[in-house]
Amino acid sequence: MAKAKQVTGAVMVVGGGIAGMQSALDLANSGYYVYLVEKSPAIGGVMSQLDKTFPTNDCAM
Amino acid sequence: MDLDKCIACGACSDKCPKRIPNEYNEGLDKRKAAYVRYAQAVPLKYGIDAENCIYFQKGKCKACQKFCPTGAVNYDQQEEVREINVGSVIISAGFKPFDPTPYAQYSYANFPNVVTALEFERILAASGPWMGHLVRPSDEAEPKKIAWIQCVGSRDINTCDHPYCSGVCCMYAIKEAVIAKEHSHADLDAAIFFMDMRTFGKDFERYYENAQEEGVRFVRSRIHSISELADRSLQIEYATEDGHAITENFDMVVLSQGLETSPETMELCQRLDIDLSPSKFIATSDFDPVTTSRPGIYVCGALAGPKDIPLSVMEASAAACAAAGKLSSARGTMAREQVFPDERPVAGDIPRIGVFVCSCGINIAGVVDVEAVAEYAKTLPYVTYVRNNLFSCSQDTQDKMAEVIAEEGLNRVVVAACTPRTHEPLFQETLVNAGLNKYLFEMANIRNQDSWVHSGDPEAATEKAKDLVRMGVAKAALLAPLEEVQLEVTPGALVIGGGVSGMNAALNLAAQGYSCHLVERDNALGGNARSLRVTAQNQPIGPYLEELTEKIAAEPLITVHLNTTIKEGEGFVGNFKTTLAGDAGEEVVEHGVALICTGAAEYKPAEYLYGQDPRVMTHLEIDQAVLNGDLDLGKINNAVFIQCVGSREPERPYCSKVCCTHSVESALAIKEANPEAQVVILYRDIRTFGERELLYKEARGKGVLFVRYDLEHKPVVQAKDDGLVVSVRDHVLDRDLLIEADLVGLATAIVSHKSNDLAQMFKIPMDADGWFLEAHQKLRPVDFATDGVFMAGLAHYPKPLEEAVAQAQAAVARAVTVLSSTEMMLPGTVAWMDQRKCVGCGVCWTVCPYQAISQDDKGLAVVNEALCKGCGTCVASCRSGAPNLRGFTNQGVMAQIMAL
Repeated sequence: MAKAKQVTGAVMVVGGGIAGMQSALDLANSGYYVYLVEKSPAIGGVMSQLDKTFPTNDCAM
Repeated sequence: MDLDKCIACGACSDKCPKRIPNEYNEGLDKRKAAYVRYAQAVPLKYGIDAENCIYFQKGKCKACQKFCPTGAVNYDQQEEVREINVGSVIISAGFKPFDPTPYAQYSYANFPNVVTALEFERILAASGPWMGHLVRPSDEAEPKKIAWIQCVGSRDINTCDHPYCSGVCCMYAIKEAVIAKEHSHADLDAAIFFMDMRTFGKDFERYYENAQEEGVRFVRSRIHSISELADRSLQIEYATEDGHAITENFDMVVLSQGLETSPETMELCQRLDIDLSPSKFIATSDFDPVTTSRPGIYVCGALAGPKDIPLSVMEASAAACAAAGKLSSARGTMAREQVFPDERPVAGDIPRIGVFVCSCGINIAGVVDVEAVAEYAKTLPYVTYVRNNLFSCSQDTQDKMAEVIAEEGLNRVVVAACTPRTHEPLFQETLVNAGLNKYLFEMANIRNQDSWVHSGDPEAATEKAKDLVRMGVAKAALLAPLEEVQLEVTPGALVIGGGVSGMNAALNLAAQGYSCHLVERDNALGGNARSLRVTAQNQPIGPYLEELTEKIAAEPLITVHLNTTIKEGEGFVGNFKTTLAGDAGEEVVEHGVALICTGAAEYKPAEYLYGQDPRVMTHLEIDQAVLNGDLDLGKINNAVFIQCVGSREPERPYCSKVCCTHSVESALAIKEANPEAQVVILYRDIRTFGERELLYKEARGKGVLFVRYDLEHKPVVQAKDDGLVVSVRDHVLDRDLLIEADLVGLATAIVSHKSNDLAQMFKIPMDADGWFLEAHQKLRPVDFATDGVFMAGLAHYPKPLEEAVAQAQAAVARAVTVLSSTEMMLPGTVAWMDQRKCVGCGVCWTVCPYQAISQDDKGLAVVNEALCKGCGTCVASCRSGAPNLRGFTNQGVMAQIMAL
């Protein structure tokens, strides 16, 4: 039997906008350690600059 | 800044003498060099922008350090390089909004009232430079006329070498126009200048139609230049469709800027050796939409091609699925459990209620006198603590609230703010962090139900806020801690539908180590894709389907059920039991999650001689005939494609999203096989979104003709002795064109199967067009409100193959968050039955929409807490008062009403 290759149960997500945050959450909620890397001082990306969003006119924040 | 010491009090920023343009507000106002990006920033820690800090640049100042109460300012911090071992990487570096500054024709740099769309978002936002008051930058006067100019930095190779469509600007421009009209005190004249209106997503077309009804003007014209008048208003010259030149003045012009990849991100991709597409987004295969050219590195969001929020969120989950696919053997090895403080027992204690009144920036405080509301709250029974917050949802306020709860010994909390729909879980977590049961919480919605709807009457709105707070407090005093139900999870899935989505879902589940039953009602897997020739990137679909089928056959974790339908379904998240009916009889399968991948069908029209003349064919029929060898594209001399057959009509008021690209692809294939062929595409708006625009450009370059028609003058197809003739009204010439055709391709709509049975069995809603309705259109695009049920593919909405693949991966990622937990907690707000009062009349189990109530052996009603959603219908229906809803007791509701 071939020896199973050692893998690391962690993932790095580069970019903390709405996509990076969702990836990080899904991975963390399914048992992986996540390093979420963001160059600006806060996560949220461009979506945090939007006012309301279609179609519910919910506050983007 | 020492992040552990910073308490986000803002003293550093207050005292910092350096003011620089605030990038969060797109430079429309100023921020300090010691700053936080925005009030709700996570992490909520101040930072010093060394490039602009006087101390870092000139060696003296240190005001922030002097005034920091916790000693958090540390000028000696150095950049640290850390090496981290990970199993895979996801790149989600996003996009950069196109910057029109260098381009003279947009006049952006010189005219203050020409703003970008992102600047306009900040102008509209309550947290923006003018706190949400709609004003123009030059004189802060309220504009009465605003123009939006589309395709700035998109579909433009002359100015900026961006041949692609940015895919999102049409929708955001419509949204901005609609919201601006709402914000405006005058009757705002909003005009959108566009080339093609690309409202191709779910519910987009309806939003477009509603905007027209609300008076937003849509003008089909590309604007070439803007000039400024003496009062800094702007003049636009444009040509109408019938060729008339018009000059119109606007108070403000919004440039609908496109999306592009930033130079830094391009450089990052180069360093990581990841291939980019010709449009400088990360290149991916249509069959592997979140996988980059570099093994182990995945991509999602706008960096993989311009896209909107729901698609980005969907791809983000897909990337999580792909990234985890090869790591499942190490699942849980590095994750750490979140630890919460022990719950403080409060039963029997006198209520000590804390009331937090939120300003929500100016969203509430702009109308409601929040301080008066807070003062009033202090006078209410059992209230021992009251506080006003600027943004209650911000991290520092949350931490402060947790502190206050502990310090003041509060045992009930009322937050008067926005809606519990979006914010209740956040505040409940704050309670848990403070050692309180999360159900000892009540919200008073003084924003959506008060300040937003009564903005014209601040006094009455303040009184109403007091009423709402009084009601919340009355109910809170009666709240009791609730227990959550713990459930075990069956670690397997049911995938319904064996098309491309279902097949990918099954394979990705298996890659993560979970078994699944893949159910297909047909006698083979593949679905609609069996009749499709190529993807948008011209990748042949046949071989791909063969590969998927082989992989599935070789995968021991997947059980395929062909010629099988779903007969019955029962159960709930973690514990579903579904009866399959197939050739070999019935079989009951148990599964923890269900993935709905049931697809959709091609519309068969009753117009354009379809069904009467064999030369009139739908897209799938043309593809199928080519694949079978029954149709030789090289022998076609005159082809006409008619777009929007059955789509964007009153009966089906949605865009089917894929048909423009499909016609363009087919046209290119005909041109490839016979360059002399004449190919004409009759369209209403060409919607080759994203990088598909390059196909449209290529088709025009190769001589494919595009003629626009409108719904009032639909084309007519006639059969003549020697061939077909299509007539269409040309809007420029205002005359009918007659086009000969030996093939007429109909770009027919994609229609829902309207699977009502399935909807009922899994308690999942459908919208008016028959598409399954996700839990949240932006943030939970593959989830349902029903836990444990997910969807992918055309059952959600028409979409191209690569989106169906990504959606399948996304649904798996979401499903795995359930499957990977061996047990899960269900909400405590469920019904319970006081059987002493029950007479077994059966009203409650008849009205229960979730089939959560059944009859026990004594004939009395019992509640299955796992199925109960806490809607309260049973409580309202019972004549004897036997059902009770935890968290919404009769006493609590009565107390609220009496308080009013």
